[in-house]
Amino acid sequence: MSALLRVLIVDDEAPARNRMRDLLADVHPVVPVEIVADVASGREALRQVEGGGIDVVLLDVRMPGMDGIEVAQHLQKLEPPPAVIFTTAYDAYAIQAFDLHAVDYLLKPIRAARLQEALARVAQNHTPKAEVLRELQQAPRSCLSAAERGKVHLIPIEDVRYLRAELKYVTVRTAQREYLIEESLTRLEQEFGARFVRVHRNCLVARAAIRGFERTGADTGDGSWQVVLADLDERLPVSRRQQHVVREQAR
Amino acid sequence: MARSINHNANTGALPDFRNFGILLRVLVIVNGMAALAALLQVSLLRDWPAQFTEIAALVEPLLLLSILVLAACGAFLRRLPHMLGIVAIFAIELALTAALYFGGRAMLIIDTAALPRLLTIVAAVTGMLLVYFELRGLALSPALAEARLQALQARIRPHFLFNSMNAVLSLVRQEPRRAEAALEDLAGLFRALMADNRELTPITQEIELCRQYLDLEQLRLGDRLRVEWHTENLPQDALIPPLALQPLLENAVYHGIEPSEVPGTISIKVYVAHDRLHAVLRNPYRATGNHHVGNKMALANIRERLQLHFDVAAELTTKVGDDTYEVRMTMPYVKAGQP
Repeated sequence: MSALLRVLIVDDEAPARNRMRDLLADVHPVVPVEIVADVASGREALRQVEGGGIDVVLLDVRMPGMDGIEVAQHLQKLEPPPAVIFTTAYDAYAIQAFDLHAVDYLLKPIRAARLQEALARVAQNHTPKAEVLRELQQAPRSCLSAAERGKVHLIPIEDVRYLRAELKYVTVRTAQREYLIEESLTRLEQEFGARFVRVHRNCLVARAAIRGFERTGADTGDGSWQVVLADLDERLPVSRRQQHVVREQAR
Repeated sequence: MARSINHNANTGALPDFRNFGILLRVLVIVNGMAALAALLQVSLLRDWPAQFTEIAALVEPLLLLSILVLAACGAFLRRLPHMLGIVAIFAIELALTAALYFGGRAMLIIDTAALPRLLTIVAAVTGMLLVYFELRGLALSPALAEARLQALQARIRPHFLFNSMNAVLSLVRQEPRRAEAALEDLAGLFRALMADNRELTPITQEIELCRQYLDLEQLRLGDRLRVEWHTENLPQDALIPPLALQPLLENAVYHGIEPSEVPGTISIKVYVAHDRLHAVLRNPYRATGNHHVGNKMALANIRERLQLHFDVAAELTTKVGDDTYEVRMTMPYVKAGQP
C-alpha cells in the first residue's frame, strides 16, 4: 500500500484515544497513516467523516449516547462509506458476533502488530455490511439516519411522529419535516416496537404523538377511525384490522 | 482470633439465644406448630382462629418466658458441656411449664389440660427445636460456609480490567509516574480480590480499596466521574465483610456513569446509628439509558455474603428514584478487637 491512510479515532475515553495515537505512530513506518482527528462521541465522528477525507474509522463499540455499532450503521449511508475497525475491551457477545461475521475488530489493550494487520487489510475494503451491523446491534438505535447530499442527517427517534411505508422507501415524519429512508417497516417495528404502534399495514405511529382518535363517515354507516396527532394537522387512517388499537390507546 | 463468619452456626454448641435470627426462628416455628395443632383440632375451618387463640393463651406465656430465661442464662448454658447444656434446657423448659401450670391453676386460668400431657408436648417441641438448630448449624458449619464464601468472592468485571490496563498503557510513555500509581492501585485491588476474604475487615481498609478503585476509574473517565464521600461520622474501629462496598461502586460506575454522556456524581455515605453500621450509595440513573441491563449478580452476591456473616441482622435494599439509584446496606456495628 502506497497511499497514506487517513484515520479517525473514536473513543469516549481519553486515555484510549492517546494510546491509539501512540500505536498508530508505532505502525507508521510499515503502514503510513495520517491521524485526521480523534473524537469522543459517535455524533462527532459522523460530523468528521461527512467532512470527507477519511479512509478508516477506528471505532469503540461501547460509548454512551450512541454506541459504535449504531455509528457504523449511520456511516453506511455515506457514499462511499469509510472502512470501519471496531475496538473493544471486553464484550463477550460482540466478540462472538464479530468473529461470526468476519468483522474486523481489535481487543484492548491493542497490540501494534494486530493494528498493523487490520490496517493493511483495509485496502481489501472491509466495510461491514448493513445486514451484519443489524445483526450486531443489541439495543434500538438512538437515531434514524437519512443521506442527503453527501451528509448523514440524524433523526432522533423521539422526534419521529410516524413512519409510513411507500413503495421502496419509508417516510419518516417529524414535527418539522419528512425524510426518506431505505428500511423495511417490519424491521423498524421490531426495533422500536415499544415506542410505536401499528395503525395500518403501512403505518407506525409514535404512541407519545397520538392525541386521540376521530371517527369519520359515521353518518354513512361505514365509519372508520383516524389518528389525531398532537402537533401535526394530518390525520392518519386506522385500518379495519387495527381498530383494536383505538380501544387500547384510549385506556 | 478475629471474628469469623456466622458465629451462631458453629456445631456442638447450643444456639445463641440472644441472636435475633434464632429468636425469630423459635417464635415462627412454635407459633406455626400451634396453628397446625389448632387446625387439627377443629372440624370447621371457621373455628380455627378461635381454637388457635385458645392454644395461644397457653403457648405464648410459656414461649415468651422461655425466651427471656434462655436469653438471660444463654451465656452460662453455652459454657456448660454440650450434653449438660441440653439437659439444662429441657429442665428449664419443664420447670417453666410446671410453674406456669400451677400458677395458672391458682389464678383459675388453666382448667383443662393435664400436666403430664403438657410436659410431654413441651419436651417434644423443645427437642425438635434443638435438633433443628443442630442440623442448621451443621448445614452452615464454618467449613461449608467458608467454601460458599470463597465461591462468592466478588469478581471484578473483565471489562474494567482490560479498560484499566489500556488506560495505564496510555500513560506509560507520557506520564510514567501516573502510570506507576495506577499500577499500584491495580495491584492493591487485585491483592484484595485474591485475598482470603472470609473474615471481617476494618472498614478503613475497605474504603481505601474503594478509593484505589475510583482513582483507576477516574483515570479512564476523567471529568465524567465525580465522587462525594461522607464518612465524617464513621467509627474507625468498625468491621465489615471484605468487598462489601467496592462491588457496589463498580455497579454505580458501570450503570450510572459510563452510559451517560454528561458527568455524574456518585455519593457514598457510611455512618453508625443505633449500634448499626449504615452504608448508602447513590448514583445517577436514567431509565431510558439503552446501555447494559442487569446488575443483580453483584447485589445477590453481596446479599448472600452478608447473610453468611450476619444472618438476618444485615440488610441490603435498593431504591430507584426519578433519576437516582440508591443502595442501602445495614449491618450490626462490630468493633475491631471484639470477640
